[in-house]
Amino acid sequence: MSIEISQVEYVAELARLQLSREELERLSTQLSRILTYMEELNAVDTAGVPGTTSVVAGDANVLREDEVQSSLSRDQALSNAPEAVDGLFQVPQIISDR
Amino acid sequence: MSLVKCTLKELQDRFTRGDVSAVEIVRAYFLRISVVESKVKAYITLNDKETLLSQAEALDHALSAWRKTEPMMAMPIAVKDNICTEGLPTTCGSRILGGFVPPYSATAVDALLAQQYFLIGKTNLDEFGMGSSTEYSAFGASRNPWNLSHVPGGSSGGSAAAVAADECVAALGTDTGGSIRQPAACCGVVGLKPTYGRVSRYGLIAFASSLDQIGPITKDVMDAALMLNVLAGHDARDSTSADKAVPDFTRVFKKKDVKKLKIGVPLEFFAEGLDEEVYDAVGEALAVLEDLGGTMEEVSLPHTGVAVATYYIVATAEASSNLARYDGVKYGFRAKESSDLLEMYRTTRQEGFGQEVKRRIMLGTYALSSGYYDAYYAKAQAVRTLIREDFDRVFQDVDLLVTPVMPTPAFQLGEKIEDPLQMYLSDLYTISASLAGVPAISLPCGFSRKGLPIGMQILGRPFEEDVVLRAARAYELATDWRKKRPRIR
Repeated sequence: MSIEISQVEYVAELARLQLSREELERLSTQLSRILTYMEELNAVDTAGVPGTTSVVAGDANVLREDEVQSSLSRDQALSNAPEAVDGLFQVPQIISDR
Repeated sequence: MSLVKCTLKELQDRFTRGDVSAVEIVRAYFLRISVVESKVKAYITLNDKETLLSQAEALDHALSAWRKTEPMMAMPIAVKDNICTEGLPTTCGSRILGGFVPPYSATAVDALLAQQYFLIGKTNLDEFGMGSSTEYSAFGASRNPWNLSHVPGGSSGGSAAAVAADECVAALGTDTGGSIRQPAACCGVVGLKPTYGRVSRYGLIAFASSLDQIGPITKDVMDAALMLNVLAGHDARDSTSADKAVPDFTRVFKKKDVKKLKIGVPLEFFAEGLDEEVYDAVGEALAVLEDLGGTMEEVSLPHTGVAVATYYIVATAEASSNLARYDGVKYGFRAKESSDLLEMYRTTRQEGFGQEVKRRIMLGTYALSSGYYDAYYAKAQAVRTLIREDFDRVFQDVDLLVTPVMPTPAFQLGEKIEDPLQMYLSDLYTISASLAGVPAISLPCGFSRKGLPIGMQILGRPFEEDVVLRAARAYELATDWRKKRPRIR
């Protein structure tokens, strides 16, 4: 299994990572090795085997009444924000001035 | 005996009897930390000593009027730094959570807090729990108290090192693929990964949600049971937490043997790649368990060989999704001077995450990406079913399984850091229990010729921590390993 640098760039874009040239090259090598190792899974016959998404005991959904409950206050929620203004999270401008 | 050498049980007894005050406990542990922490580097953040001392004074004062104690009252406990503690920074060992102070505590922490424990500090870990040595922490590696040039294991390496070095009486760790059990083995202490769902994950910062569990790292098996008594239980704030009755886990210790227990020895765990010293130590431990009345049986878990590949697809896929939340908007680190939102996301994540976390995000994103999902993620989920069925099958026949914890004793700092695949393969023996969700304990069973601890692992049926603890305690009492302590130099 070989992962080209262009594939690494594509996956980095999906993952929102601005990788350096050096990182792209290193990851191309490392991911190729790791994914080659993972090819051993192909030798396992999984025809008709359902996937495990959870090991929780019992399959019942966990439901509760849709009631209003207390949560963090606005100040608490904003207390860790890198930037906040007027009780809101602040981010770089999204909509242009024009 | 010096206060800091006490087990949790011994310290509880001394405090309950009034032989030692809360103030004396806080003083003793901070003195110990001032002596060894510069060598061991177990903590990322220490709690404020003066704050704890004033809490201790208030507690002593209240108790002087009416001595009514709780099990964890005044007990100096460390918490792994991926578990939220209100008011004390929680970093996950990552730059990306720089400056984050949780506005709430994890349910597991709240349970300790309700009994007025003392939070000594937040312990080091591989960034977001991703690693087996603490070398992937953004704050530098912790050291193995038995030999400072070796790793303490990971990812809960700070918690294991802190317990082994007497820098706390017990600690919370978290285990996704072995992160409690493997560092416990490296540091010669006890680590218990409860059944998935036994302990609430609320307030545990997610790495791989279908695998993560909180559990205790302690000086002996009795202490692990005492901690589990407090941590276990249903929590409405974690929909995966199990609504199961919680017994008193120390009750099983009335039996000091393992009579009527059938112990399975899975042959795949004793095959090629296992260090000879570890093989011998675990073999001798099996003989002890047999002397204690257990019946041994060779069993097979045929899918053990593909567990590492399965795990590193499932865990990285979940991680890539869980770690999407770190975008520089709501908390933690934000890269400077981005011209637009997308650039801010990309540069924040590029600068905030370390190499191993980026590698796993990339691996997981790849495994979930269009065109590869079925070949990797869906395939790994199906193999996970087969791994679970292996356990279901053997547990119809035997009550427990005994295996090594890791293929070798603790490796040297720097030995595997450049080779991620080798690092992944060192998780071979702990990963299966995580994928199957079953409880497993790691406890000392010997030392290598170089003087490094060796651990054995005991696995049980889901929610049968009591059976696991009973066998572990019987073995512990029949041997002297726990009495050997590191000399830190």
